[in-house]
Amino acid sequence: MFVEVPYAMLLLSMAEFAYVPRLAITSDTSTSDILDSPRHSGLVRITHWIFTLSFFGLLVSGFAIILAHPHFYWGETGGIGTPSLFDLPLPTMLGGPSGWGRSLHFLSAWIAVLSGSLYAVSGILTQHFRVHLLPSPADLSWRSLRASLLDHLRLKRPAEEDSYNVLQRLSYVIVIFVVFPMIIVTGLAMSPVITSMLPQIVIVFGGHQTARTVHFFLADSLILFLAVHVAMVIHAGFASRMRAMITGRTPAKGGVS
Amino acid sequence: MSQAVSRRKLITRGFATAAGVSGLAAAARIADRYGLIPPDHGGIWGIGETLTYATQRILMSRRSLAREFSRSEISKVIPVSGDPPRTEPFERLLAGSFADWRLKVDGMVARPSSFSLDELKRFPSRSQITHQACEEGWSFIAEWTGVPLSYVLSLAGVSPLAKFAVFFPFDESWDSLDLPDAFHPQTLLAYGLNGEDLPAPHGAPLRLRVARQLGYKSVKYLSHITVTDTLKNIGKGLGSASPEEGYSWFAGI
Repeated sequence: MFVEVPYAMLLLSMAEFAYVPRLAITSDTSTSDILDSPRHSGLVRITHWIFTLSFFGLLVSGFAIILAHPHFYWGETGGIGTPSLFDLPLPTMLGGPSGWGRSLHFLSAWIAVLSGSLYAVSGILTQHFRVHLLPSPADLSWRSLRASLLDHLRLKRPAEEDSYNVLQRLSYVIVIFVVFPMIIVTGLAMSPVITSMLPQIVIVFGGHQTARTVHFFLADSLILFLAVHVAMVIHAGFASRMRAMITGRTPAKGGVS
Repeated sequence: MSQAVSRRKLITRGFATAAGVSGLAAAARIADRYGLIPPDHGGIWGIGETLTYATQRILMSRRSLAREFSRSEISKVIPVSGDPPRTEPFERLLAGSFADWRLKVDGMVARPSSFSLDELKRFPSRSQITHQACEEGWSFIAEWTGVPLSYVLSLAGVSPLAKFAVFFPFDESWDSLDLPDAFHPQTLLAYGLNGEDLPAPHGAPLRLRVARQLGYKSVKYLSHITVTDTLKNIGKGLGSASPEEGYSWFAGI
């Protein structure tokens, strides 16, 4: 009983802020070209750009940390004098980049995790994930997947659509629900205090150095995702997609943007 | 009508802001009293440092033990970073096998004392095979033997008002621990590595071992421990030499 009241208030305030296309209540002042199709809710837009900033912080600082020791290992331990799994063709730079790198990495990680959690919780509560990101069973049929894949391979310019196609949905779902949680877990698995409380978090990977290497590969997969994401935004129309993620609006259908 | 609403909104927002600001100030005071603010809390990096340290101290156990390994998992190679101090006093002690070396313990303690290496070795000892990661990314497993720091601090009698233990070595890399980490059962004053006397490059005659933090917190070549309630007047007041070079004071990450 007592829990329900604040919960309902939270839901209401989120629904007010995080309006999504089909839930939008048009007020009497709206004209068709202003609220024609609000593409992204306010919360999605704000967390998207905060997350973008912190993600760049994580990339730059992650690179700075690697510069102190550009070698990767498998198992529990590894260092100079022991065989490595692979070495990056980078100079070893001691006493500098990894210091501020670690500080920036943690500050950015805090911002990324906090804004990402806000996005994830609101995405669940407002049904945003269920409606817009989870592929429907029909979409997941071989036929539909193949059609979507062929469209992408032919570089067919996507139409101004209300919903994401199945490949978009799949890649967003994998990044949001698999890659990000995994990169957080592998990061925590390198913390000596956290592994003292929860040894399983590092044992499950087979050791500290494996967690570090997996963390690196997950970061690479996110860089790949970012490259495709930005390429698709440019392909679909950079100005209109940026406008959609900044103002929430897309050009009225058939109108001139 | 709409003016009345906006005025009401303005007043509520004013109250909310005032409450928020004074709430933050009160929160900062309480956080400091409960040891949730690290000494290097200033500047833009300080935000992240404080979030990490405070979250760890609130959510994590202060007594949880770092993983311990079996003898077969001990690393064949133990990388060394840095050289032993080149100062005259240290080289003289090293040449004399540290027979004249003493560890001084003072500050906010009931019985300021000093201990020889033989005295420390006669105290109850603890051996542990733990994993140590360096801030740079490499890591190794080794067996460390020493006397728990908590034993030596208890002998000296730490004041209930004290908050930190500060460690001064023969080189410039002084550091400090909060008392929860200083009294952690795996925090050792180590004189043995893999069953032998601590070799000079690994911090002879005595080094700190902090099992739940990155390697640079385990100060080598110890000479002097001071117990204090503030770090503000030591060095640049950031808690250790590391933040002066851009590394975090708290390395439990």
